[in-house]
Amino acid sequence: MVERKIRVLVAKPGLDGHDRGAKVIAASLRDAGMEVIYTGLHQTPEKIAATALQEDVDVVALSILSGAHMTLFPRVLDLLRENGMDDVLITGGGIIPQEDVETLQALGIGRLFGPGTATGDAAKYIREWFVENRADAEA
Amino acid sequence: MRRGSFAIMNESGAGALSPQLQRLADGFRSGDPLALARCITRVENQAAGFEDLLHALHDGVGRARRTGLTGPPGAGKSTLTAVVARQLRDRGETVGIVAVDPSSPFTGGALLGDRVRMDDLATEPGIFIRSMASRGSHGGLATTTREAADLMDAFGFDHVLLETVGVGQSELEVATNADSTVVVLVPESGDGIQAMKAGLMEVADLFVVNKADRPGADRLKKEIEVVQAIRAGSPMAAAPAHHGVDLSALSGHDLDPARGHVADSADSLPSIPDWEAPVLKCVASAGEGISELVDRLDAHFSWLEETGMLGAQRQLAALEHTRRVLERAVQRQAATVWKDWIGDGGRTGAFEGSPYEIARRLAGLVGRRPGK
Amino acid sequence: MSHVIDTDVPESADLQQEVERRRTELAELEAKLAEWEATSAATRQRDDTDFTTVSGQPIRALYTPLDTRDDDYLGDVGLPGDYPFTRGPYATMYRTRLWTKRMFSGFATAEETNERYKFLLARGTTGLSVAFDFPTLMGYDSDDPLSEGEVGKCGVAIASLADMETLFDGIPLDQVSVSMTINGPAIMLYCFLLAAAEKQGVPFEKVTGTIQNDILKEYQAQHAWIYPPKPALKIITDIFEWSSEKAPKFNTISISGYHIREAGATAVEELAFTLKNGFTYVEEGIARGLDVDEFAPRLSFFWDVHNDFFEEIAKFRAGRRIWARHMREIYGAKRAESWRLRTHAQTAGVTLTAQQPHNNIVRVAYQGLAAVLGGTQSLHTNAMDETLALPTEHAVRIALRTQQILAFETGIPNTIDPLAGSYFVESMTDELERQAEEIFTEIDDLGGVVAGIESGYFQAKIARSARRFQDEVEAKSRLIVGVNSFEEEDEPDIEILKIDESAGAAQHARLAELRRTRDGEAVERSLAALTEAARADRNLMPPMLDAVRCYATLGEIRDALEIVYGRFQEPVAF
Repeated sequence: MVERKIRVLVAKPGLDGHDRGAKVIAASLRDAGMEVIYTGLHQTPEKIAATALQEDVDVVALSILSGAHMTLFPRVLDLLRENGMDDVLITGGGIIPQEDVETLQALGIGRLFGPGTATGDAAKYIREWFVENRADAEA
Repeated sequence: MRRGSFAIMNESGAGALSPQLQRLADGFRSGDPLALARCITRVENQAAGFEDLLHALHDGVGRARRTGLTGPPGAGKSTLTAVVARQLRDRGETVGIVAVDPSSPFTGGALLGDRVRMDDLATEPGIFIRSMASRGSHGGLATTTREAADLMDAFGFDHVLLETVGVGQSELEVATNADSTVVVLVPESGDGIQAMKAGLMEVADLFVVNKADRPGADRLKKEIEVVQAIRAGSPMAAAPAHHGVDLSALSGHDLDPARGHVADSADSLPSIPDWEAPVLKCVASAGEGISELVDRLDAHFSWLEETGMLGAQRQLAALEHTRRVLERAVQRQAATVWKDWIGDGGRTGAFEGSPYEIARRLAGLVGRRPGK
Repeated sequence: MSHVIDTDVPESADLQQEVERRRTELAELEAKLAEWEATSAATRQRDDTDFTTVSGQPIRALYTPLDTRDDDYLGDVGLPGDYPFTRGPYATMYRTRLWTKRMFSGFATAEETNERYKFLLARGTTGLSVAFDFPTLMGYDSDDPLSEGEVGKCGVAIASLADMETLFDGIPLDQVSVSMTINGPAIMLYCFLLAAAEKQGVPFEKVTGTIQNDILKEYQAQHAWIYPPKPALKIITDIFEWSSEKAPKFNTISISGYHIREAGATAVEELAFTLKNGFTYVEEGIARGLDVDEFAPRLSFFWDVHNDFFEEIAKFRAGRRIWARHMREIYGAKRAESWRLRTHAQTAGVTLTAQQPHNNIVRVAYQGLAAVLGGTQSLHTNAMDETLALPTEHAVRIALRTQQILAFETGIPNTIDPLAGSYFVESMTDELERQAEEIFTEIDDLGGVVAGIESGYFQAKIARSARRFQDEVEAKSRLIVGVNSFEEEDEPDIEILKIDESAGAAQHARLAELRRTRDGEAVERSLAALTEAARADRNLMPPMLDAVRCYATLGEIRDALEIVYGRFQEPVAF
């Protein structure tokens, strides 16, 4: 018998190279018992969607500090839906003004974490989402 | 999974797929990559009906060439895997990749970073990469990765590359389960002796000295050759030439697999030719030496085919896999029996009999419980 | 402290007496200190801190002359402007010239940024500092698919000489010094600037300014790279070589600890990694056959100024001393200009909190104070809202006023290096130097900086330090006001600058126009010549300038060199 592991893709789309947050969150999700796929910098939405599919992740977490969030989040969302992955949580973090957060959430993006978030909060949010939405997907 | 596909299979030979699994299998057969991805997830999680699913898709297994790549941490295996995959893809073949990284023994989590090195392949049609965590001892890493490879094989990939770090028995088995095994070493990983200690020398069909632009590459290559020669009982074969005479030319294990004969002058029997693992120098990050590596892999596969080794090797591996599937089923049954006996809250009070007596009694129930 | 002065040697009997007196004094102090320690150990200590710096250095409750007894004043501390420059790179420091208040800016298109620059110049700014957008920083054209959504967002988009001409339209490049934060494609932007000056009729030797051009820290921390380390170092050395003859007033590199620290490094890691990077550039120049005293005076540095006040001050002081010692003793530099470390500083963006953002004004003020006490040559103070967006003008003005208050109201610049002789600061300076030397040895054992980058050594060290800090914050063993302590339930919103989305479309149109109107064949030819020069390992500056003059774009030049050099593959390190 094997425990159902939560699989998370932590990705940095766009051209900004600030990966401190992405790496800290990746390591902390691992420490929370999840399997984290980390793909490195400068990921295009197409790459992120292809990776999410091949890895069959439950969650896609994007870290965006470049101000391009209004372009990148919707793009990833559309591509995942095109791939038939509409049951995947897209969440993330970065410097995102509140009104943009609201617009993105209305599109179907999950919670977005701002600067100063405790990494434990992100892990907790993902686990709760998983229990509610995915845990029995394969039962 | 608790629904006990094992018992059903025992009786009827195969489990009927649930509608959900049937849809998944249909998607798989129609070439939907998401179906492949989700089948692998089910196998990894040993989710309900996963063995039925594997059984249903088993007909397609056996066409792909499987290559294992292993070596110590930091040897550049992911980069090498990526450039080999690229080269195979460039000549029109399709490639599935299984990349294994260790799980944390403390938290059970894992950070799977192999894709960073394979970034250029992420959106390449005809390439499918799956990262897997070793997940401790549950179910056996070699078994799960084999099943993932079976799925990629059945899906129609021409090649399956299995990449894993060569530390520990279970990781090593992943690579050695393949048709060809490449052992990747780097100059700074120390001497060939370390590799030998790790059990890597025995499993190699090919050696790659990666990062060969760094100092010590030639020395490492020589060391590997000497260790190999010692293992073959001919320590002088690869020793440096003395007084201008190259001894290796005399004792000559120069096997040309294409010609399929042995050049060993001491052995007059025209029996099955030996495969002597070549030691190749590569700089994977610059793509240097990769064509030769791919050529040699082709040569090894031809050799396997021509000598009939391929069939024999695969037969053995299938047998071994069957044993493991059996053990896994028995373990699962044992777990159910144990759970019934121990009760939901755990058995804390006194119980009668020695552990051996109880275990024997419970063992009698294994296989008879149809499962829940 | 044994600062015996040679010219005034006392009689030997007097000397004997003096030594005896000093010995007795120290012995007495030792005894007293032991008593004090016993009392202190028996007294309750606060439990809301573990008394370490933000970098994890343990700090004792008390420092005394015993901590500096081994210092040789002239040898280790000395006078400002004198080797080893612990007290400052210049003899008279802020008595002659205050630090430069250099504020970094750039956004949207060249046209809009040009207007901002003219506004700043009209208000007395003498130096400009260009912030580029991410596509430019990575060497992509504004119309590259990878640039989508990022054009003009975090800085100005510059994709060709035409954009650079617009950026400095009406701004005389022989009078205004231009600092450009650019690394991977530094050579391209440098050539754009030089060619723009040429168009204005300004000869190269009159162009002043700085390019950051520090590629090693890009691999380690900031990640705006293009090519692998070896060709990237070759390009930097090309710039050194060409500039020392043709553009001698230009600062060809700003060796930066800022981004290393921001990515999570500790103070001593910032110090050691940055200096080691500097030594690596020096070694490359020497290996090319350049005279170290020709190019070393053009090297400058860039430190981060973090929260831990004394540690930061000690870092500035230790940095100057280590650089001087290595340049003189190891690299054989003969000129004082080669020994002296000049630095720019910026307050630590990473310390700004999104929670209660007004508190950031206070953080920035303390950090600015540390930079000035550390003896910086120029300073950028962050605006309080920079963790949320590009700063508003209002926030930038407060940041600038913070520096002016420091300069004109506090009296701090009146005397040079006022913390010298502090038992604590001197011993911290010594300790940072000692630890940095240990790290140098570690890097040497790995085979040097490039080998360390390839194996992920730096990246892993930085990631681990970042993680340690985050763990401390989450465990509340390190308190951050407003984040894990003293939180407010209802925080008032602050005004945020919104960049409109039109820059991308405008740049697309501009580039399309450029590609249509330029001489396409000349572009092809010049790019082929550039590729050829790279293959033949010649200095890239002349063929690059030719390509730039033909209006080859940033992305085209990037590609022309990538054919030969390949692309850097990020090592995975956690």
